[in-house]
Amino acid sequence: MDYLYLAIAILVLAIVAGAFFLLQGRGRGRTPPPQAPKGGPGGGTGVLEKEPAAPPAEAPVVTAPPVPEIELPPPSAGRLIRLRARLSRSQNALGKSLLLLLSRDALDDEAWEEIEDTLITADVGVVPARQIVDDLRTKVKVLGSRDPGEVRALLKEELLGQIGKDWERSLRTEPHGAQPAVILVVGVNGTGKTTTCGKLARAIVGDGRSVLLGAADTFRAAAADQLQTWGSRVGAEVVRKDEGTDPASVAFEAVKQGIADAVDTVIIDTAGRLHTKTGLMDELGKVKRVIEKQAQVDEVILVLDATTGQNGLQQARVFAEVVNVTGIALTKLDGTAKGGIVIAVQRELGVPVKLVGLGEGPDDLAPFEPEAFVDAILGDQV
Amino acid sequence: MFETLSDRLTTVFSSLRSKGKLSEADINATAREIRIALLEADVALPVVKDFVAQIKERARGAEVSQALNPAQQVVKIVNDELINVLGGETRRVRYAKSPPTVIMLAGLQGSGKTTLAGKLSRWFKSEGHAPLLVAADLQRPNAVQQLQVLGERSGTPVYAPEPGNGVGDPIEVARRSIEHAKRSQHDVVIIDTAGRLGIDVEMMRQAADIRDAVTPDEILFVVDAMIGQDAVTTAQAFVDGVGFDGVVLTKLDGDARGGAALSVRHITGRPIMFASTGEKLEDFDVFHPDRMAGRILDMGDILTLIEQAEKAFDAEQAEKMTSKFASGEDFTLEDFLEQMQMIRKLGPIKNLLGMMPGMGQMREQIDDIDDRDLDRVGGIINSMTPGERQNPKMINGSRRARIARGSGVTVTEVNNLVTRFFDAQKMMRQVAGGMGIPGMPGTRRKAVKAAGKKNKGKGKQRSGDPRKRAQETGKKGAPQQDGVPQALPPGLGGGLPGQLPPGFQMPDLSKLQDRKKK
Repeated sequence: MDYLYLAIAILVLAIVAGAFFLLQGRGRGRTPPPQAPKGGPGGGTGVLEKEPAAPPAEAPVVTAPPVPEIELPPPSAGRLIRLRARLSRSQNALGKSLLLLLSRDALDDEAWEEIEDTLITADVGVVPARQIVDDLRTKVKVLGSRDPGEVRALLKEELLGQIGKDWERSLRTEPHGAQPAVILVVGVNGTGKTTTCGKLARAIVGDGRSVLLGAADTFRAAAADQLQTWGSRVGAEVVRKDEGTDPASVAFEAVKQGIADAVDTVIIDTAGRLHTKTGLMDELGKVKRVIEKQAQVDEVILVLDATTGQNGLQQARVFAEVVNVTGIALTKLDGTAKGGIVIAVQRELGVPVKLVGLGEGPDDLAPFEPEAFVDAILGDQV
Repeated sequence: MFETLSDRLTTVFSSLRSKGKLSEADINATAREIRIALLEADVALPVVKDFVAQIKERARGAEVSQALNPAQQVVKIVNDELINVLGGETRRVRYAKSPPTVIMLAGLQGSGKTTLAGKLSRWFKSEGHAPLLVAADLQRPNAVQQLQVLGERSGTPVYAPEPGNGVGDPIEVARRSIEHAKRSQHDVVIIDTAGRLGIDVEMMRQAADIRDAVTPDEILFVVDAMIGQDAVTTAQAFVDGVGFDGVVLTKLDGDARGGAALSVRHITGRPIMFASTGEKLEDFDVFHPDRMAGRILDMGDILTLIEQAEKAFDAEQAEKMTSKFASGEDFTLEDFLEQMQMIRKLGPIKNLLGMMPGMGQMREQIDDIDDRDLDRVGGIINSMTPGERQNPKMINGSRRARIARGSGVTVTEVNNLVTRFFDAQKMMRQVAGGMGIPGMPGTRRKAVKAAGKKNKGKGKQRSGDPRKRAQETGKKGAPQQDGVPQALPPGLGGGLPGQLPPGFQMPDLSKLQDRKKK
């Protein structure tokens, strides 16, 4: 009975509403209004209505000059070494087997397929893997290289090409005038947003600047406590409210207090949300809009878990649509996961990876460097 | 760009369907497509290779050459293999002979262990047990607090003698928790451990030590459904490091197709016992391998849909509606509004449609649907008087203008809604007429399908479409229009065989029938 009923209900609904949608869509001339200001029941609160009146007035004139790697706390140099050490610990397998294959005498189809498989195993994705292999194949053919060193150089170049050397990867964390820089941290559940916020705050404090944390994760149990713990470790203040309050209001308060206290950077931690939940994604959009009433959002960092497979691409896409992601933090790269999804995400969305998380230690966050990343993947010694 | 496993396989099958016989080249093409599809769904490479090899083997065998329709056979093979890999039957929790039953959770960071602990405790409680949560994640900041909050929500006591945040010895906590449970008469102990990496020797040792200290009856490996190729390495590391008896797949409510389920199951041979499908404590279920396979094969996840519907729908209303429907009474806008609100309760309409069989191909159109449009439709209806809702025919020009003003839309939109509604009403009448007595809802559909399954089936299934298409062309007949409406009837009846991989509607439906008899 339920089945029947349900089917009928959906059918009727779809017949009536379906055409409605389509006509709607056509009527609007296929220009999706940014955030349907007509405001159905699902719309925003009264706060939003003022939005157009309060544009982020200052043009990006004062945009802080790119900060190369200043977010590192004192052991600046140590970070990269650790990055390399950690990466090669887990990922050498990839580089080694690739080189082994490449330096074989006869590179037959099977060998190439194996190379492709190896890349796929690194979560690079079928399409990018194929492209890398094809390009490499052509090059090897053209150059006739057989020397492992040469092939390695080619491979490195190829991987670098895929990751993209020329992206702007610095994090804008410097205040502009009286306004603090605002960093919004987003992502699906369990990728390490709160931890990344904590580490980032630490890094910025390490650079001698002040940070304010906004615990806009009002959903998960004890998320604000977790952030508070991070904050108290580095002496950063945390703006928080009771569980279940509107995250946008927490973000608003945080930025407001950030401006009042004249801190340099405000980092807003948000609740993990699956990109498929429209309601939650709308909520996130609201958080950003509300922040923009007071200050410009300098960075929207999407936290991606290195273990994530091809779904990561979908996540990145949806988040980029909703909050215009400006950078990616790839976490848990210290595990066996290869993080190959980086390649796919950059290819598809043009959003650069800016940070990598390499462990549970408080300073295990480093800026992403393609060269070091690839070097680590291929292994320095071979 | 991004295609899910079911999309991909559907493409494969639709190209197969057009051919009479399966040649060696066909098999290879199919195998290649299945391989790519599985890889894109994050099934681990070694598993994919095995899987594809099996498919090829079986496709080449006698089964196909004897078959009437080779495409059906391939679909069947793929489905069988999927269910095979996913573990066939569902496994239940093993309770200890002498309580307490100890359950230990292990997994990577951020896979959802602590949340799962809360969900498990709620579940055990609803099964009539007295669970105890043990906070042995002393690593992550405030994991202990999180567990305490969850325990509070599920009404389960939490044993947390240590404050956490790096302080305290989890092994000791675990050991003492057992005594505590015995003392305080808890028959299930759920130990939440810290997230750890497979390669972290020290942490794996710690997990093994916890295991040795409490000798758990079940060690559950918690894994994120979104995990990629690393699933294999991680699962293997955990099998070697602590060993586990069952797997819990979390975050299944995302759109990851759960290739990890296939991988982990295949590599470790351990069954997937539970699935976690949301952030709330009640979003938790026993894992159903057959459903998962169905979902992957684009057969829709009708069973889950029904379960959700049962929870969300008001039984009384449903009853009223069904009897009304059966008695052939006219369907009013009031009923429609009611229905729409109930459906809204089920969650985003996109997800719902996605669960309907045959919807994989429509994914793009589905993605365009915005729930807010539904609310707008609701707004329009709400701007009508009760009389107008009962009898939409009375809505004339000036009423339309008033309704449009009241709901903040244009008159055209009101017009559209009303005209579409008449069509729907007409259709409801037809369907109701063809359905016969209530209580035998499947009969007609089944018959149609049985007919459709044999030879061609095209004539039958098309019959649904032209009718609707005629109606549609009556309305400004834009080519685009058949997008959504055409997609929907398959869920109901007529068009089903065309949308579903052939050979699948029968098992699926018979399951439904069984269910209803219960």
